[in-house]
Amino acid sequence: MDTAREMEMTPGGKDERKRVVDLLAHADRAELSAPWENLQPKPEMYPVRGPETGLVMVRGRIGGGGAPFNLGEVTVSRATVRLASGAIGHGQSLGTDREKAKLAAIFDALWQQPETRDFVENRVLAPVCARIEQHKHRNAEEAAATRVDFFTMVRGDD
Amino acid sequence: MYVAVKGGEAAIANAHRLLADRRRGDRSVPSITIEQIAGQLGLAVDRVMAEASLYDRSLAALAIRQARGDMIEAIFILRAYRTTLPRFGTSRPLDTTSMAIERRISATYKDLPGGQMLGATFDYTHRLLDPSLLTDAPVEEPALRQPDDEVSLMRVSEILAQEDLIEADGELPADHVTGDLTREPLEFPMSRDLRLQALARGDEGFLLALGYSTQRGYGNAHPFVGEIRIGEVEVEFDVPELGFAVSLGCIQVTECQMVNQFKGSAKAPPQFTRGYGLVFGQSERKSMSMSLVDRALRATELGEDITAAAQDEEFVISHSDNVQSTGFVEHLKLPHYVDFQAELDLVRRMRRDFEASRQAGNDDDFMEAAQ
Repeated sequence: MDTAREMEMTPGGKDERKRVVDLLAHADRAELSAPWENLQPKPEMYPVRGPETGLVMVRGRIGGGGAPFNLGEVTVSRATVRLASGAIGHGQSLGTDREKAKLAAIFDALWQQPETRDFVENRVLAPVCARIEQHKHRNAEEAAATRVDFFTMVRGDD
Repeated sequence: MYVAVKGGEAAIANAHRLLADRRRGDRSVPSITIEQIAGQLGLAVDRVMAEASLYDRSLAALAIRQARGDMIEAIFILRAYRTTLPRFGTSRPLDTTSMAIERRISATYKDLPGGQMLGATFDYTHRLLDPSLLTDAPVEEPALRQPDDEVSLMRVSEILAQEDLIEADGELPADHVTGDLTREPLEFPMSRDLRLQALARGDEGFLLALGYSTQRGYGNAHPFVGEIRIGEVEVEFDVPELGFAVSLGCIQVTECQMVNQFKGSAKAPPQFTRGYGLVFGQSERKSMSMSLVDRALRATELGEDITAAAQDEEFVISHSDNVQSTGFVEHLKLPHYVDFQAELDLVRRMRRDFEASRQAGNDDDFMEAAQ
């Protein structure tokens, strides 16, 4: 399936699909395997690619914002699956957990089907989103507590 | 005639069996887990990831366990593992301005926007051994404070850039193809992007010593830490089938902006110049050393005299990789029996000639004295 046709099937367009795929990449294994266990009936699905593990070369920028340079690699696992409906899902995330990548691909595909979208939104994406927000906020609070408050001391007589 | 000598299979097998035993240690003590190494020896894991040039906390922890805590051995193992995997592609460049900050300090501006956040640092500790860690005493939860609402913290370099007193982020020509030393052999002189890739995976101790040497006068450095920031950034990767870049997750990096006084040259006006450090994980010493050496290696670009080791690109980059270094140093302990026999034979012959000529000389002296 080419990109244009796939995008037509994506409700809400690119931004919505990106939100889904990004959240699935941030999910823990358990955050995907638990809803998968609870999903009834299980969809018929066919592997298109993978699951497989490989490397992505991460780039930085000179000075932070200049020309790119190669910083080093990360392990990435990815999978692509097709459902009986024709929906194609892509899963990819850091690490070597191929089963997680496959589950992410399945949920990406299920999200594209109107009849299973709510399940994915409520049972998969919402808990992941909540955990990430909580984690981010907690880290920001911990860092903020180590912020230095400078004060000046007046010496001598006035 | 060439005679092949074989042997040692049983000795090697037993040596590896003994190694496994020593690695495990006292069986009455619980075995250390990957989660414990990743969670409680996190900075060791960071160093292995940075110098192996592969970000994967679990695999780095496994390498440390397998290497019995020998860091360079662990780096070697992880570096070897990466060669077994295909490469899917290249990420979008990391955006460190949108980092989720865990620590951010500046030695040049006290009141910079966003403030000085110390994070989890060894700075200001007294470096006294803590006997409470001999036991598993409970540890307090971190203090919390409502953070500012700022979405992203500006870089310190942007403050000076407003006055045009500091050079811009390093740009390369528009048609420059980003170099990759894992794909092409090193050639000198090299562009700054390749140097930074080499430094990012370079040995922390080697870069620390070189950075230190620039401070002590071997090279022309007057550095200030403009900014150090540590935190998580998103890794974004283009998926062609989707037609846009998606997140693969977050990695932790340390970034150092080193600011250097520069009195100007025929090529550049007086202004502050910069060295840049970016390293996987929480690795402040390494990112600082990297930025010092990056700046020193820009001597030619900035029209400075090359007088010190840290400014010598070929010397620094050729010796910064500890896997290469350890490979060549440690190969000396492998059998060199034939080489050595050849040299032994040569030294014997030279000695015979030497003794013979000395004897002849003595005879001459004797003759001279007698005359």
